[in-house]
Amino acid sequence: MSEQRVLFDAPGPRARRRHALFTCVGVLLVAGLLYVALRKMADKGQLDGALWKPFITAEVWREYLIPGLTNTFKAAALSILLAGTFGLVFGMGRLSPIAPVRWVSSVIVEFFRAVPVLIMMIFAFGVYAQNQVFSSEVNPLAAVVTGLTLYNGAVVAELVRSGVHSLPKGQAEAGLSIGLTPGQTLRSIQLPQALTAMLPALIGQLVVVLKDSALGYQITYLELLLWSKTLGSAYANTVPAYIVAAVLFIIVNYTLSVLARYLERRLSRRGRTSLPAVAVAPTGGDLSAAAA
Amino acid sequence: MGDILSKYDVLGAFGMTIYLAFFAAIGSLVLGTVVAIMRVSPVKVLQILGAWYVNIIRNIPLTLIMVFSILGALYILGISLADRQSPTFIVDNGVRWAIVALSIYHAAFVCEALRSGVNTVPLGQAEAARSIGLTFGQSLRHVILPQAFRGSIAPLGSTLIALIKNTTVAAVIGVGEAAGLMSKVIENETGSIQVFLVFALGFVILTLPVGMLFTTLSRRLAVKR
Repeated sequence: MSEQRVLFDAPGPRARRRHALFTCVGVLLVAGLLYVALRKMADKGQLDGALWKPFITAEVWREYLIPGLTNTFKAAALSILLAGTFGLVFGMGRLSPIAPVRWVSSVIVEFFRAVPVLIMMIFAFGVYAQNQVFSSEVNPLAAVVTGLTLYNGAVVAELVRSGVHSLPKGQAEAGLSIGLTPGQTLRSIQLPQALTAMLPALIGQLVVVLKDSALGYQITYLELLLWSKTLGSAYANTVPAYIVAAVLFIIVNYTLSVLARYLERRLSRRGRTSLPAVAVAPTGGDLSAAAA
Repeated sequence: MGDILSKYDVLGAFGMTIYLAFFAAIGSLVLGTVVAIMRVSPVKVLQILGAWYVNIIRNIPLTLIMVFSILGALYILGISLADRQSPTFIVDNGVRWAIVALSIYHAAFVCEALRSGVNTVPLGQAEAARSIGLTFGQSLRHVILPQAFRGSIAPLGSTLIALIKNTTVAAVIGVGEAAGLMSKVIENETGSIQVFLVFALGFVILTLPVGMLFTTLSRRLAVKR
């Protein structure tokens, strides 16, 4: 709130009246929008208890929502692990003293950051299916993980690079001056510190991965969104099913964002630099906005 | 590669991608600015409403908003954005709902980009403006907003790039843009690396200049501190 206190003077009587007016207008506007939305739903019978009742039965959770959440988590967990590895390798590649390694890593990272995740998923799905790389049940999962890994790996590579760059220069100089090679300095001095600094940003990226895993919908991966659609057809309650799915996504992702912010504060209390959870890179990057 | 280009309307599909991105960019800029103003306004209730919007939208997958727009809003709730009598009813509705979904989703990120711009303005600037007797409106117009706008160019560029890439999500509701065409090509032909490269390079060509333009702009217009 400090920014508000700085931007504005303490309100006088006239400003207070104006603020009260804006408050009323804002509340009325939102209440109006909500009313229209609920009215629309009520008109189509979407507020009937019968449509919402299934969500308090164990069956809906056991048969639809929990399997959906499990698959979403499975894809996200696999992807963030593989993306971490991918990112570490190419992030170190971009920091390499050998120029060609740097160039190749840069091209790979920039390329995968520029290509939409869905394009990579659809392509991976097509290739795996036509060449029968995996059995047909695993295909969608493999394609989702491939797409998410390539894109988020490229983002993590950028995080690694900016994490190392954000360290004080003295760290690398100290390493070199006690006779470590540049590679040893990177591995044993800079990376451990950079990885700690990256932690909040990495968790922020997990939110992106979780949201992007919903793209698996398009290639028949049975994650939460597709299960909700199935649920909606089975109980003829499409609208409630999507609303419940949205609430589940919000709860999971919001918890993760709160965790990321907590870690960020904790790290800064310990006097460490940390990359913010929603970093925004100036060049072609979209660390925060990328999620679909 | 030429084979695919001659047999399928790749340029037309990317035209649709640009069409979606253009209108969604305008929509999200307008909506995002409104939400950003609410979030930095002195009115507590508006701040809370703005924060709610951002927190809710940012944590929902775009795919969900997109799917809901057709399966929920159009089919069940009957909210149609095109004339039901028109022969292109389904296509028009898909495209318009896609633009609405993209705008709603990216408005949250535009809001955060603008707000981060406001945060780059040091406290002393606002205090200095007030201490020389500028009114609130004057200090906003002459001191804070010009700097805030210049500080938010880089994150706005990132948001625009994300928006261009996210237009592919419109494929889930059957809009004939790049990702939709690509799945058709892969289904009909084979999933060869050429197919991937054609579409991937299309996006590199679309996003690279935008990224370079915004980086140059943000460097050139950066407030030296």
